[in-house]
Amino acid sequence: MNSGPAIAVDERGGDMRFVVSGRWTAPHAAEVERLAATLLEEARGGGSVRIDISGIERLDTLGAWVLDRTRHELGDRGQRADFVGARPEHQTLLDEIAYRGFQEPTRRKSSRIVDFLVDVGRTVVEVGKDFMRGVSFLGEVVAALVGVLLNPRRFRFPALVHQLEHIAFRGVPIIALISFLVGAIVAQQGIFQLQRFGATPFVVDLVGILILRELAVLLTSIMIAGRSGSAFTAEIGSMKMREEVDALRVMGLDPVQVLIVPRVLALIIGLPLLTFLSMMSALLGGGLVAWVYGGISPEIFLARLQGAIALSTFLVGLIKAPFMALVIGLIASLEGLAVQGSAESLGRQVTSSVVKAIFMVIVVDGLFAMFFAAIDY
Amino acid sequence: MDDTPQAPARTADEREREVVIRVRGLEVGFGEKTIMKGLDLDVYRGEILGFVGASGTGKSVLTRAILGLVPKRAGTIEVFGEDLDGLNPASRRAIERRWGVLFQHGALFSSLTVKQNVQVPMREYLDMSDRLLEELAMLKIEMVGLSPDAADKYPSDLSGGMIKRAALARALALDPEIVFLDEPTSGLDPIGAGDFDDLIATLQKTLGLTVFMVTHDLDSLHSVCDRIAALGEGRIIASGTIEDMLASDHPWVKAYFHGKRARAVMAE
Repeated sequence: MNSGPAIAVDERGGDMRFVVSGRWTAPHAAEVERLAATLLEEARGGGSVRIDISGIERLDTLGAWVLDRTRHELGDRGQRADFVGARPEHQTLLDEIAYRGFQEPTRRKSSRIVDFLVDVGRTVVEVGKDFMRGVSFLGEVVAALVGVLLNPRRFRFPALVHQLEHIAFRGVPIIALISFLVGAIVAQQGIFQLQRFGATPFVVDLVGILILRELAVLLTSIMIAGRSGSAFTAEIGSMKMREEVDALRVMGLDPVQVLIVPRVLALIIGLPLLTFLSMMSALLGGGLVAWVYGGISPEIFLARLQGAIALSTFLVGLIKAPFMALVIGLIASLEGLAVQGSAESLGRQVTSSVVKAIFMVIVVDGLFAMFFAAIDY
Repeated sequence: MDDTPQAPARTADEREREVVIRVRGLEVGFGEKTIMKGLDLDVYRGEILGFVGASGTGKSVLTRAILGLVPKRAGTIEVFGEDLDGLNPASRRAIERRWGVLFQHGALFSSLTVKQNVQVPMREYLDMSDRLLEELAMLKIEMVGLSPDAADKYPSDLSGGMIKRAALARALALDPEIVFLDEPTSGLDPIGAGDFDDLIATLQKTLGLTVFMVTHDLDSLHSVCDRIAALGEGRIIASGTIEDMLASDHPWVKAYFHGKRARAVMAE
């Protein structure tokens, strides 16, 4: 019953006759193709060919296509080929299929060097356009913010609270934990290195200044870019994919005002709060290690810390936080709105959102470092 | 179906035909809510079964339960005479190769072109040369009435009707014996819907398909369906030909097939 495809040659009379039998179906695809190739080979040089298909048990589109293709290929060689003994249902299928050549998609030929140069050029132009888009989007967001300020009733307070919960409140445990650990690690390494100069107590200065000025805000920003920036891009992107953004627009609602302003504002409020938490947590970690490894008791640690840092040290770190938030929020929203129809494009934009945000956070930090050095703060 | 009073007695002809899907005592629910209980259904080989029911009665849920996408609480589902619960993964995959599904919204893979979408099941299951793979994919795409230049487009560039056609081409990729169509003509213009009905009828004739079609389109029910089953109250409330449905005295079936829209279709 379950017999594979087969071909037998029957050379009675002038015509070549091939008797085709068995199942010419998709599961036997490889066998079907091989048999058709053999048939073409065997018939080479002969006259007209008759293909007896009355013995076919089952025929599907694949089998019918290959049979009809073979018949056409024989025809192209000048050998007349006909099917004989087709059952009515097989005939209908063969008629429906009706072999025709499909045009091979033409591939553009190009050299590797030209391709590379084109790629480089395109990337440079894209980077330029990206920057322009970022600036114009910043303008849009600021305009929407001003619009909200002028007409506070349009502000979506519940959305802001909801976003704050997700960005700030739910981010507390992880930010506190990694800051604690990084603070501890910096202190430990500081103690080991400074011990060699007999300057162990200076570890307090090292930990205090490094954490308050740079580390806390950088750690928090990078963490938030990965945690919340990616979430923004994915949320806004999937809304874009399902035409929800367009739905807002046709209802006369500004997507920037509805979706982006609450998120960016929540980031601007949440990131400094988390940065403060990160500072405290990292100092705690550093203090603990200084006590355990360096024998600096908490009282001495706090007293030295007071001498080592000024209010400005703390403010330098905290001032940067809202700017980092703005950078992360803008990049995440912009990437979200750039999502096209496919799932792949969503993945690409989320990746690029996180990578760009982290890159920009570090660039902005560098700019601030230069700025504060210049004004001697 | 036999225990439902509204179900008309089956003809001797129907009794003899091979049953490809046999559902008995199916119960499906989510949480507290029971969607269907004690549902019996037979689908015969080579027929086009139209499946109707008010919105929210679980037509799609029944389809998904048969396909194994929704867990069932009780009952048996037999496809090609084999109980789906008793199968090991390999034989289950063998059954899955023999059916094709057109989801309501197409469910095309958005990161692949139409042609690549059609080739996914072929590549996975069939052993064939690249040339044949290319040709067969193009053949299926042409068979469902798409132009060849649609083959290299991405789903996001297609119109609703083209998505349905492309999804049908993918459902037919492995030459299945059963195709499940979930509202194939919804969202199509009447001419497009009519073409789609003709296409399904033609494919059913040439390929000997069994078609399980969830639809609200009275035109489709009237023109292509051999048999109609109506779902309500968690079970099949009526089944049979369009004449049987017209003769049914179940209130919902009556309202459906004697409504203003239905009369307009029947009058043609």
